[in-house]
Order: sequence, then structure tokens, then C-alpha cells
Amino acid sequence: MAKNLYEKVFDRHVVSRLSSGQYQVFIGLHLVHEVTSPQAFALLRDRGLKVKFPGRTFATVDHIIPTDIASRQRPLQDSLAEEMLQAIESNTKEHGVAFFGPHSGHQGVVHVIGPELGLTQPGMTIACGDSHTSTHGAFGSLAFGIGTSQVADILATGTMSLGRLKVRRIKVTGKLGAGVYAKDVILAIIRKLGVNGGVGFAYEYAGEAIEAMTMEQRMTLCNMSIEGGARIGYVNPDQVTFDYLKGREFSPKGADWDKAVEYWKSIASDADATFDDEVVIDGASLAPHVTWGITPAQSVAVNESIPAESDFIESERPLIREAYEYMSLEANQPIEGVKVDVVFIGSCTNGRLSDLQEAAKMVQGQTGKVASGVQALVVPGSEEVQKQAEALGLHKIFTDAGFEWREPGCSMCLAMNPDKLKNRQVSASTSNRNFKGRQGSPAGRTLLMSPVMAAAAALTGQVTDARKLFHLENKA
Amino acid sequence: MQATAAAIIESVSGRAVPLRGNDIDTDRIIPARFLRCVTFDGLGEHAFEDDRRGLAAKGEVHAFDKPEYQGAKILFANKNFGCGSSREHAPQSLMRWGIEGVVAESFAEIFFGNCVSLGIPCATVGEAAIGRLLAAAEADPAASWVLDVKAREIRGPITEPVTFLDGPRSQFLSGQWNPMSELLSHLTEVEQVASGLPYVSGKW
Ligand code: SF4
Repeated sequence: MAKNLYEKVFDRHVVSRLSSGQYQVFIGLHLVHEVTSPQAFALLRDRGLKVKFPGRTFATVDHIIPTDIASRQRPLQDSLAEEMLQAIESNTKEHGVAFFGPHSGHQGVVHVIGPELGLTQPGMTIACGDSHTSTHGAFGSLAFGIGTSQVADILATGTMSLGRLKVRRIKVTGKLGAGVYAKDVILAIIRKLGVNGGVGFAYEYAGEAIEAMTMEQRMTLCNMSIEGGARIGYVNPDQVTFDYLKGREFSPKGADWDKAVEYWKSIASDADATFDDEVVIDGASLAPHVTWGITPAQSVAVNESIPAESDFIESERPLIREAYEYMSLEANQPIEGVKVDVVFIGSCTNGRLSDLQEAAKMVQGQTGKVASGVQALVVPGSEEVQKQAEALGLHKIFTDAGFEWREPGCSMCLAMNPDKLKNRQVSASTSNRNFKGRQGSPAGRTLLMSPVMAAAAALTGQVTDARKLFHLENKA
Repeated sequence: MQATAAAIIESVSGRAVPLRGNDIDTDRIIPARFLRCVTFDGLGEHAFEDDRRGLAAKGEVHAFDKPEYQGAKILFANKNFGCGSSREHAPQSLMRWGIEGVVAESFAEIFFGNCVSLGIPCATVGEAAIGRLLAAAEADPAASWVLDVKAREIRGPITEPVTFLDGPRSQFLSGQWNPMSELLSHLTEVEQVASGLPYVSGKW
């Protein structure tokens, strides 16, 4: 019988049926970071357990790490952050787990380093105590976030308890216009389906626009599946996937490579596979998107105005009112022109090399600088991204234009490190969440957008249609 | 850390705290700055900290600050409760504040799973029913409620049928909501499945 990728990969990883009716599922790659793991390691210690598959477990530090070079001196100034860093260092050492710490050459946001090391591969089950683990689905793996109790389960057994999801195929047809990126596609999808539209589903992204995307674009897309409620989002592996993986540190080598590619092709959805639901989005008609509210579904195209309350059903209106109030924005006000104080280019959504390259290319083509009064941060997603970007001179392009070039980490995506909004500052951010208080100030305001849109906002000090500013035109 | 020896959970009894609003995310339940910790101790007092302060600044009082709801054990909420991050710190902070069961219109998936692992039953009801429950808890904060996992209902000044997912419900009723012991009992089969996967065995 024809099967989709989700069914094939899930079935191959089932170990047993638990008494609860849930499945015990083997997790082939377990990624670990400092925030959600210390309590899990403590639980193992309490029960006298060891890590069952240390060779399939990899750790890094990303959330709490400062991004200016001086503050990365040990001990870290924030004693709580230092304590967390020491905990992951000693926990991984004790259990024989690889740890990519600062200056290892591989430190970075966990969802950036997994793919760039070739750890993330098609057909795997991948879990991490982090909801944006959905990122790794870009390779055709089943990748999802878990809580700390489940981190402990996987550490101790290599498995966890899971129910089966339904699968919704989201087809994005046509060719994306100039200046329109995966970020805009996923914001448009979440706007259409809502922040909980994906609960109970894995999303399979398909269609011409997805097939044309680079791996880094596909990662941006899958990354934000969870913002639409879908714990898993994936793209079937294809030549783009294989080309990306070839030659990476943990990719299969030599004679194994061709066999691996055959295997990876075999786990893709069959041509006649069926889905529990299907949604079609016209990719060719999409414009750059910007969020205006306090959930990732509250977005508009850059040439639209903020929607009126009456555009929503009754039960959604309280949240719309809350968003107007919190953001100090009004119905029918154009999103273009909204002033910004801070620009953040980075995160596991948009902190990869091509994100920085696209933004730098736009900045370089302009004579202008970061608008006065605006603080603009560029935070590479990993040490590897930083190294490659510096080799290309991107750091110079950014710093010459008045951007700050930082060390890798999560930074102002959730501001667990010293990078924080102040008071009611408005941030143009390439990250994935515009929740109240997300960027470190309880009253701070976030507008999510693509790196190119964020670059445009940095130069003008306001939300700006990057297509106009940078003269981006569709080529026939 | 929660004790790993699971216990049978047939119901949760106590007062209820009403919390209105859709899409209440984990950053609101426990702001990120409180995640700088290596244990979950002390998270209870910071539950909804920024929302509480925000309302206090406007001269309003968050339900978690109202004296009449201190000691409440059941939380009533609207749609998509607990969306956002996978941080178990969110249900941990609610649990440490005192919450032992939640009734909402719907839950975010990872949050829901985290609650199951902590032994916090989460039940869903329709929009009209949650409206009646919220109103009842607001009208009479001292009322006692029973979230009955076995009978699939919430009983108090009013009674409403609730829905539990079958898997988690049987986990609570059998005391198997923390699966680690059962997972550990199948390690031989785990090795077999692992060695049959080419990316683990290296045999492509
Ligand atoms: S960059 Fe942001 S979303 Fe991604 S892992 Fe870090 S904190 Fe989470």
C-alpha cells in the first residue's frame, strides 16, 4: 500500500505498543541544549541510569550564551548562566556525550549545527527539548520538540512514548516572487491555518515553490511549523537534500553514500500516498509578510493594513483587541511605516549563511546606513556560519553599514542572554515568536519578518517593502 | 524533579482558578528569564509573572494574584493553552503554584504531553461549556470542584462532561503516566530496532 514519509519513518522506529496505547518509538538523533537538559540528567543520576545511546546524542550551548566576545570569558558574568554551562559540560562529560562548546568550531543554535554537521539526515527520528526541532524536518526526517521528562526518557532508553499524528499536505504552487522567501510562505500559512490549525498533524510541505527552495529555505519553513501548532513539518528528500549533505562531517562516506541516497529516496512519500488533509497555497501571489500582533498568525502582507476586528470571528476578537493594545497599533493602519527601534537578524529560523548573504547583498547595494537611533544586530547561527560569513566579508558589509556583528547563539530570539529589548522598544526580528515579552522586555514588541525585510527596516528605521527599497523585480 | 514512581490518578479535587484568553503561550506562563536554572525548584512563584505585573501596573489583578484563588488546584482556560515552546518549565511552574489539573477548550500538543508526563490531567470541553465553567469559578471562587478522570466530567456548582484523550486517560487510571519504567523494560527490543536502522548500524 502506498505510504507517506511520516508513516514509513514512524513505522520503522516503533519498538513496542505501551500499555497506555501509545507507541514506544526509537529516537535516532537526540540533540541537547543547556536549558531543558539539566533536570533530565539529574533524574538519571537519581535513578542510577546511564545514557543509553551516547553516540547518538549531541549537545551544545546556545540559549544563555552571550554574543559579544568579551562577555564570553569564563566564568560568565551571569552566575545562573555559568551554572547552566557548567552543568551541560559536566553532564555530557560524565555520560560520554559529544558537546560542542564555545570555540569548538561547532557551537551554535542546536537547529543550525545539526544540519551543518550532517547529523540531520532523511529518514531519522530526531528529538530535542526544544520546540523548533521541527526545523530538521527539512531533510525528510520526523523531528519534534519534547519536554524535559521526555529528554530523560530518551537519554535513559533511546526511546519515548508517542501517539501517531495525522498528516496534512500543504502544497505551495507556483514560483515565489523576487524578495519573497520561505519566511513569508510560512507566515502566510500560519495566518491562513491559525496558530493551532496544525495541532494533531504533521505537515508535509510540497509543490513547486517548495521543491525550488534551497535546504536553508526549507529549514526556515519547517522551523515555524510549530508556530502553526504542527509539532512536525517535513519536506520529502530530493537531489537538493542530497547535494547539501554530501561531504558533511557526519554524512555517509565512500561506498556508503550511494546506498544511503537510495535508502533516503525509498523513505519519501509514494507518488500515490494519501493524506488526512490537503491545503493549497498560491505561492506566486505571496508578498513579504510582517506580523503586527502577538501571535505568529497575526501577520499581513507588507502592502496591507492591519486588519479590523470585524474581519475575525467573535471568539478571536478579544485576542485581536489585546494585540492592538499591546502593540499600540490600530485597525486599518498600514503596516508599512511602523517605526522600529531594534533590528535582529539571526536565530534558528533565519541565522544561516544564506540568510546573512541575502541581507548583506541588499545592504551592500545601498549607500545608506542603519537609521539613526536604531540598533541592528546580526547574530550568526553558529561558529561555522560566522566563519563562512567572515570569509565572504559579510561582517565588513554589515559593520560598515552600522550593524553590530556578534558571536553565535540564540541571542535576542528569546533574550535569555544579555541581548534584550528595553521597555516598549519595537523590534524587526527574523526570529519565530512575537509573543508578549519574548525578546527580553516584558513590554517589548516584536515584528517578525524575513532577513531582507529586516535589513530594509534597519536602513529606514521603519517597516519597509524591501522589494521597493532594493529594487527587486521578478525576472521572467 | 517529579518523583518517578507514578501513582493512579482518578480525579483532582479542589477550588478552580479561571483564566480567560486564547493562545496563552509558554512565554507568558513562565517568562524566559526564569529558565536560567538547573532545577525546577522555585518556578511556582513566577508563574505568569509578567502578565501579573502588567495587570498590576494598570490597577487590575491577575487571577493568580487574587487571594480567593490561592490554593486552587484546577485551572480553567480557553483555546490553544500552552502554545509556544517545549519548555517543561511551563507546566512545572503551574504545578508548583498548585495546579493539578486543567480544563480548557484546547491545548498545544507539546504542553499537553508535558502535562501528562507530570501527572497533570488535561481535559477539553466546548466553547459554551468553558464559558459556563469560567463564569461559575468567577461567581463562586470558594466552590469545590472535582475533575473526574474516570467519569469524564468536571463537577462543581455545575457539572459538564469533559473529553480526555484515551491514551493519556488510561495512563492516569493505570498509574502509567510516567512511561520511563515501561520504556526501560523493553531495552532488548530497542537494541533490535536500532540495529535494523541503516543510519544506526552503518550498514547501508
Ligand atoms: S534561536 Fe530562538 S527559537 Fe531557536 S532554539 Fe534559540 S531560542 Fe529557540
